[in-house]
Amino acid sequence: MANLTIGIGDFKICKKPDVLVTYALGSCIGICVLDDQTGIGGLSHIMLPDSTLAVNGASTPMRFADTALPMMIKQMEGMGASRMRMRAKIAGGATMFSISNDKFNIGERNIAAVKKALMSLRIPIIAEDTGSNYGRTVFFYPETGTMEVRSTTKGNTSF
Amino acid sequence: MYSSYGDLSPIALDCLKEIGNIGSGSAASALSQMLGKSVQMRVPDVKVLDFDEVIEEMGGAEKIITGILVDLSVDICGIIMFLLEDSFAHIALKTFLGKDYVKAADLDEMDYSVIKEMGNIMAGSYLQAISKLTDLTIDMSTPSMSVDMLGAVMSVPVATFAEVGDKVLYINDGFVIDGIDIKSNIILIPDMHSLDTLMKKLGVIDG
Repeated sequence: MANLTIGIGDFKICKKPDVLVTYALGSCIGICVLDDQTGIGGLSHIMLPDSTLAVNGASTPMRFADTALPMMIKQMEGMGASRMRMRAKIAGGATMFSISNDKFNIGERNIAAVKKALMSLRIPIIAEDTGSNYGRTVFFYPETGTMEVRSTTKGNTSF
Repeated sequence: MYSSYGDLSPIALDCLKEIGNIGSGSAASALSQMLGKSVQMRVPDVKVLDFDEVIEEMGGAEKIITGILVDLSVDICGIIMFLLEDSFAHIALKTFLGKDYVKAADLDEMDYSVIKEMGNIMAGSYLQAISKLTDLTIDMSTPSMSVDMLGAVMSVPVATFAEVGDKVLYINDGFVIDGIDIKSNIILIPDMHSLDTLMKKLGVIDG
């Protein structure tokens, strides 16, 4: 069993019993996707909603909800997972600072973009822990399908 | 016009570093006045780093930190963020409230506002120094504060400016107050248009 760590604007896929981890999500979102029959799971750590608005969007597709998720799903299918069986759990999208300025409202925009991307991939979201104002670390266990969210203020919660 | 921090020439980087030095000097004297104590300044370390490197340099994504974010507008648009380690919060609370800082999770409303105010004054003195040097107008928002994991706190500037690049101006200040070493980390991210304005004003590029 290995623990695979996913950095900001990256994703990784694995097969059970490996574990996927991403640390300290703020306004970013961790998207856990699992095909429970094959035990193939993926965790994507997206940072921004929309690659088409970015100057260098095309060169860093793994950062954006609209481009990272189709890429990850395709890789999971390449490993033998079935799209029909995939289910998603998502965490993050916090508003870390309460500055009333649209440009800092990234958490909310990320949540909306992730939901839209998953919907167009026809992958249902079966659990979510999003929004509010605190950071989250996510452990994803494809073995059981559990997404564990750790935070400094709320402790650990399993989804 | 610059499209990313990667385009900055060595001379432009030196200019940014010098701005960091001047800002730090100004912040040290503001600190000294505020605390009524003599403040010694160590030579600040100014670097242009990737976001990942800043997180690494400061002790990793899950380290608890106090982040104070200020939005900049008018001639220079962007953000300045103070990332304060425990020693800084300690001296603020000791001086103004006469109490010891134990841990971030124990901070109450009053503690928050004292630390936030200190950040506010330091940000103000930084920006005033830069504004004076360059003859540019810089307005700042009221500061907003978050005490959480470093990675989560950093996600806001990272995401806000990821569209233009991965690099930030990272200033690592050292102050000595009452024999205690105080570390404060500052990240300054002007948007690309403002970076252009700044470099033209400093004569690094034509315009």
